[in-house]
Amino acid sequence: MSSKVLMKGAEALAEGAIQAGCRYYFGYPITPQNETPEYMSRRLPEVGGRFVQAESELAAINMLYGAACTGVRAMVSSSSPGISLMQEGISYISGSNVPCVVMNAMRGGPGLGNIAPAQGDYLQAVKGGGNGDYKRIVLAPSSIQEGVDLFVDAFELAEKYRMVVMVIVDGLIGQMMEPVEFKTQVDVSTRKPPEWAVSGRHGRDHANIITSLTLDAVELEKWNLAHQAVYAEVEKVESRIEEYQMEDADYAIIAYGTMARIAKTTVRLARAKGIKLGLLRPITVWPFPAKQMQAYVGKLKGALTVELAYRQLFEDVRLTLCDKMPLGWYGRGGGIVPGPQEVLTAFEEQFGKGR
Amino acid sequence: MEHNVVIAGFGGQGVMLIGELLAHAGMDEGKEVTWMPSYGPEQRGGTANCSVVIADEPIASPVLTNPQAAIIFNVQSFDKFEPVIEHEGLLILDSTLVEKKSARSDLDVVYIPATDIAQKLGSSKYTNMVLLGAYLGKVAPITMESVYGALPIFLTGKKTDLIEINKRALQAGVDFVSKK
Amino acid sequence: MAEEMKVIYERPTSWANKITHYCPGCTHGVAHRLIAELVDEMGLIDKTIGVWPVGCAVFGYNYFNFDSVEAAHGRAPAMATGIKVTNPDNFVFAYQGDGDLASIGMAEIVHAAARGWPITVIFINNGNFGMTGGQMAPTTLLGQKTTTSPLGRTPQVNGFPIRLSEMLATLDGPAYIARVSLDSPVNIRKAKSAFRKAFNAQVRGIGFSLVECLSTCPTNWKLTPVESMERIRKEVIPYFPLGEFKVVEGVL
Ligand SMILES: Cc1ncc(C[n+]2csc(CCOP(=O)(O)OP(=O)(O)O)c2C)c(N)n1
Ligand code: SF4
Ligand SMILES: [Mg+2]
Repeated sequence: MSSKVLMKGAEALAEGAIQAGCRYYFGYPITPQNETPEYMSRRLPEVGGRFVQAESELAAINMLYGAACTGVRAMVSSSSPGISLMQEGISYISGSNVPCVVMNAMRGGPGLGNIAPAQGDYLQAVKGGGNGDYKRIVLAPSSIQEGVDLFVDAFELAEKYRMVVMVIVDGLIGQMMEPVEFKTQVDVSTRKPPEWAVSGRHGRDHANIITSLTLDAVELEKWNLAHQAVYAEVEKVESRIEEYQMEDADYAIIAYGTMARIAKTTVRLARAKGIKLGLLRPITVWPFPAKQMQAYVGKLKGALTVELAYRQLFEDVRLTLCDKMPLGWYGRGGGIVPGPQEVLTAFEEQFGKGR
Repeated sequence: MEHNVVIAGFGGQGVMLIGELLAHAGMDEGKEVTWMPSYGPEQRGGTANCSVVIADEPIASPVLTNPQAAIIFNVQSFDKFEPVIEHEGLLILDSTLVEKKSARSDLDVVYIPATDIAQKLGSSKYTNMVLLGAYLGKVAPITMESVYGALPIFLTGKKTDLIEINKRALQAGVDFVSKK
Repeated sequence: MAEEMKVIYERPTSWANKITHYCPGCTHGVAHRLIAELVDEMGLIDKTIGVWPVGCAVFGYNYFNFDSVEAAHGRAPAMATGIKVTNPDNFVFAYQGDGDLASIGMAEIVHAAARGWPITVIFINNGNFGMTGGQMAPTTLLGQKTTTSPLGRTPQVNGFPIRLSEMLATLDGPAYIARVSLDSPVNIRKAKSAFRKAFNAQVRGIGFSLVECLSTCPTNWKLTPVESMERIRKEVIPYFPLGEFKVVEGVL
């Protein structure tokens, strides 16, 4: 028990990134994740890293682009309006195969919206946001501990596939305190720049060039096809899901992040009433754990998607399970977080008493 | 088993601190805990609140729509939280600072002159501990030993000297509710 | 018997008579008051369109009885430009903090100033990002501790503060640029006269105008209101000297 510390989410995630080997952080303040850059400004110099407060999110993502081109572990974090500004950079970084990590502590929108917890950036995160045909891996922890643990995977996945990995949380995970344990320390002290990085030739027999520009249509199509193959591979092997009380379930709730931890209590409440409810919780929202969900076709009488947004996650659920079982949806927006009972009521309204 | 409580007052009254103390002590006992502050412009008016959940099972939401209990340090917070406390819940109120009375008959209400009690111990600074003591005396989600054990995390350096007096303040809160 | 009582002080009619959300001792309210007084005195209430920033003044639009819009963070000068282009006869001002204007919005302010079109900018320099909890701003002084310069700002780690008025005054576009301080009655009176010139530069169609206001943020400076005013005099004015940096002919 003694290795557990009580930490605010936005700080614990920052420490998690550092433990995963992140040494460079670029950011611009925005609530509800200001504690992340503030923590980085104190902590990174202690581990030989650098914190840079950028003049804007536009600058921050491009600083990250530069840093990551040299092959180091680096990241930015922001919240919804700032992440919108970063979309250009994310597209460029994706178009030039540079691995890095971007964290979004989602808040209520659109526009300035508010600073309360929300999941309204789901489609932006998983479907695009920036221009062009690219994908990024999107991890959606539902507790501070899971977020900390996932940071190790985030950097590894980014480097393995040379993709942008996005970690999406929300104001709730950012602001709350929970006990957390730092289990893995990645030692980056002896790391050499990877062979594709721009770090000066230093005797290398060729120059490395990192660019997202491919003027020739035939060449760009080749790039696209090669990356479609990478994305297909990622979809095949990297999707993750938590299946909670699903062994004998008649029905499932499908939810991720903060909404999923609330839905877990809904499952317990339902089970106490004799309803055989379980939870399917995507941990990767891209790649979407479609196969794992489709395995329940024929076993489930229905599934209720619950989210802090309006039919965004539901879009992926429909693509996965449409016509295969009755689907329901319940969501709240604007920063409102429904309680477990509210979700159960929604379930009962849409699926009867679950028998 | 899950215990949850909202703690609310002005910034500077040690509202957030006793919440953190409670959460820390819970963690040290091996329980699941969450601490959730009010954040952002909500704080501009000078009010502050936090919610603490202590449980045996993983905690769903750290946000409390209808808390089981509320520890209240000022009138604004009384007006905000008294109506939403769970049915038959607990309300602990610093009656030195809040003159209002609860109109709800279902609640267990403790009117404790916490600031007066703290002043008698030497300073109104210990009011928060007196109120926390009253809560712990009523609900006991964790042991007093765990709470005492967590005090040194918050009272370091020169403040180490204040550990004893803080314990006395906590105990005074416990005594107040157990007298009855 | 009693002489007829004279009104020597009253609430401006363009002021919406609401309690602001600013912290005690914050001079955002003083700048608001000056805007309201001048809009009244210059008879602009029906013509004014305010463009509000993202920062502590984000709710500025609630406090006035004239039309207002809320811009994205840093983009107020661009939005004001768009409004002025479609409504050249209106009085259009942007109100911006130092994070909003000198950090994320640097491109927009420089180009608005360079275009020189008649819009007015009230620029609140309080040396930090007030709204988000006191992070470093481009105007944070060397040595000043903020939540993202926890050991104090150093040139090596954080670069140097930006003197915005001086910088913009190098451009040919602006008609009027001044820096004032809101720390004392004398300086507030001077500030009002600078605001008036800035407003006039627009009303008389001369060109772009900006008034930088040295402002307090007692909450994040962790000082009392009185100490904050003193800090402006002792530490801020020496680095950010007061004065007019650009006054083209016809501005009065
Ligand atoms: C794109 C974007 N990035 C960041 C923010 C968060 N944010 C809100 S206000 C602010 C800075 C405010 O500082 P300043 O402009 O100096 O105004 P002050 O509060 O000090 O008056 C920031 C960074 C945002 N709303 N939008
Ligand atoms: S935080 Fe600072 S700038 Fe914002 S209202 Fe308070 S004193 Fe004013
Ligand atoms: Mg500012």
